[in-house]
Amino acid sequence: MNRGGRKILNRRERRAKRRRSLRIALLGLIVLFSILGRGLAQVTPDRLANSAKEPQNWMTYSGDYSGKRYSALDQISVINANGLVPKWVYQTAATGKLETTPLVVDGIMYATAQDDRAFALDARTGRPIWMYQRQLPGDIRPCCGRVNRGMAILGDKVFLGTLDAHVIALDAKTGNVVWDIPAADYRTGNSFTVAPLAVKNLIVIGISGGEYGVRGFIDAYDADTGARKWRFYTVPGPGEAGHDTWEGNSWKVGGAPAWNTGTYDPATNQIFWPTGNPAPSNRGAGRAGDNLYSNSLLALDADTGKLNWYFQFTKHDEHDWDATQVPIMVDAGGKKLIAQADRNGFFYVLDRTTGKLISATAYGKTTWSDSKDAEGRPVANKQASPTLEGHTVCPGALGTTNFMAPTYDPQTNLFYVTARDQCDIFSTAPQPYEPGHAFYGSAYFPSEEARPYLGFLKAIDPTTGEIKQSFQHASPTWSGVLSTAGGLVFSGDAEGNFIAFDAKSLKPLWHFQMGGAVYAAPIAFAVDGKEYVAIAAGSAIYAFGLP
Amino acid sequence: MAGVCQGQNPLAHDPKAAKAGEYEFRINCALCHGLGAKGGGRGPDLTRAVKKHTHNDAEMFQVISNGIPGTAMPANGTNGQGVGMTDREIWQIITYIRSQEVKAPAKPVGNAAHGKELFYGDANCSLCHMVQGKGGRLGPDLSGVGGSRTSEAIIDSVRNPSRRLAWGLTEATKEFPQEYETVTAVTADGKQIKGVTLNEDSFTVQVMDSSERIHLLEKDQLKSFQKSRESMMPKYTAEILSDKDLNDIVAFLASLGAK
Repeated sequence: MNRGGRKILNRRERRAKRRRSLRIALLGLIVLFSILGRGLAQVTPDRLANSAKEPQNWMTYSGDYSGKRYSALDQISVINANGLVPKWVYQTAATGKLETTPLVVDGIMYATAQDDRAFALDARTGRPIWMYQRQLPGDIRPCCGRVNRGMAILGDKVFLGTLDAHVIALDAKTGNVVWDIPAADYRTGNSFTVAPLAVKNLIVIGISGGEYGVRGFIDAYDADTGARKWRFYTVPGPGEAGHDTWEGNSWKVGGAPAWNTGTYDPATNQIFWPTGNPAPSNRGAGRAGDNLYSNSLLALDADTGKLNWYFQFTKHDEHDWDATQVPIMVDAGGKKLIAQADRNGFFYVLDRTTGKLISATAYGKTTWSDSKDAEGRPVANKQASPTLEGHTVCPGALGTTNFMAPTYDPQTNLFYVTARDQCDIFSTAPQPYEPGHAFYGSAYFPSEEARPYLGFLKAIDPTTGEIKQSFQHASPTWSGVLSTAGGLVFSGDAEGNFIAFDAKSLKPLWHFQMGGAVYAAPIAFAVDGKEYVAIAAGSAIYAFGLP
Repeated sequence: MAGVCQGQNPLAHDPKAAKAGEYEFRINCALCHGLGAKGGGRGPDLTRAVKKHTHNDAEMFQVISNGIPGTAMPANGTNGQGVGMTDREIWQIITYIRSQEVKAPAKPVGNAAHGKELFYGDANCSLCHMVQGKGGRLGPDLSGVGGSRTSEAIIDSVRNPSRRLAWGLTEATKEFPQEYETVTAVTADGKQIKGVTLNEDSFTVQVMDSSERIHLLEKDQLKSFQKSRESMMPKYTAEILSDKDLNDIVAFLASLGAK
């Protein structure tokens, strides 16, 4: 008995011992996991460069460095999209347009709203974790609404450009301000609305203010300290190449802002960043010349900001046709390409190694160009310039597309873009430059003859420029587009619908009325193995999933 | 008129200010009020000496600064484009508008009392249009149209209703204001519905038919759905409605708009 008892005791002891060692091992594992977990919270440059390995996360403005706004998640698909339901809504309590693209990393969503609000949400429930709002001066000068398009994330920080032209790093876990750097003087019309791009240890950001005659620039800041590492002025100063494309002193107020997020090619360490209109936006008199590097795509060395090549879409622009559309890197036919559906109505494909134009094809109603130069670039005809009496040009000042983000779906090999057919009457209205004051030089109105204005979602084959599919919206929309591996394309409309399309046919498979117009672009992410699609509309953020 | 700024226009009658004001006007005002301030389909003719909402420069300054609630006239700087005009630029615009005003108000060309009779009687306008709470609902309420549209625009709308469909009187810059497009739909059970669009998106349409019944339709449930920019309003040719009678109706509408 005793023996047996001892035996039992021994067994108990052994069991207890085993349990103890198991507990210790478990504890060790927990410690290890929590360290790993902390490590996981760090968004390293490697993770950003290899974002394809973690499709559950949406870590940059366009979802990856190539600009594709494509999600490899396929749980929500053409088979079940008609069963999508709203999972949560987050009300930002802000008024005005919501242009934000949220980021999602490891179950937490980071997004922005009007007046430089930023917040972190539980991405499964929409419950806020922290909220931040910039105390803006009363006399900021945003051109087109007090908007923000989103943040960048790197390490344990998120990065925000503000309407008073500061770059701010917030602690990703608390929203506390880690550093705050003024980039330019907001009183002369400088502001940030763009989502910055994290590249290596740099935060790359471009200025807004083409309507105020700022001198445009793209900056890169050290993510740890906020120290500025480089600045590329998009209007060359005296002695710099391209300076002679500006008449007299017009370069000083030349505009060429950089207010939409570019892309990055880790293979060549180049940033591709698009630029906006020359100032004054609608009057060419006084700034004779091509006005470099307005309305261009710039290839910059990521480490130094040095210009490798540029391509100017619209020379000497007089119609406010910012070329600030997201350029998408596409590899096709053994070629490394970069494609942009430009505001001027043409779809451009360039060799991204050299910047050489491969094709330019109209993808909407255009009347400003009926010929091409030796390189194949559409050239403005003589009738395109604004006149005192005013005359009609297509597209109008809002462009065939604008800031709404496009997508490229590697499954269909198609480029999807929101497009608008509208023509405007452009009339001159000379204005002297006054610091911090609107500097348009012309007035434009929607042309009555061209009503109704039509809005589309178009699918373009980048190898030919051919429009393969087209869906006509009830009216033009400002929504961006997302494609997913589920065979779907998502977009929103001006009437407040969020729509899932079959990527092949552009047939709507599902829609939900969100009660507010869409000015933002959708994203997809997953938490706990469940896929979500999210978009901002009205002044709220919506997340959808399967029941 | 409590709270109205008693400020005087510091730039009154300055031709240089009027020229600068003309360009500011083009940029900020002409979308609705037309290039020459003569008004149009969206905004009133500002060359009229008598204006509905303002009686002097100070009031005009207030209206430009703060907008007019319930109308498409926005407050300075709130149209989503720019931060708006400086005080000086507003005064320049006022100087420009004053320089464009037709000094002697045009004599009313029509007989408003007769116009009212026609409106509610033989011309059948009130079958579809409401004025001050009386009349039909199919077309836009015309109580404010005399103040917000030019006579030319009203006459053109009567003679050529389809040339330019009506916009909703508010939200001039809205992407999709009510345009009174004509809808013809056939429901699944074969019923035909013809009416004007109250609103529409890609999936649904809200229609009022000629008996003022509102139909809420889902497009994918319909046998057919057609939209047309051919107005449901009949074209009032000179044979149907003489120039004189039309002028009387315009005079009636104008008498409602002006104070």
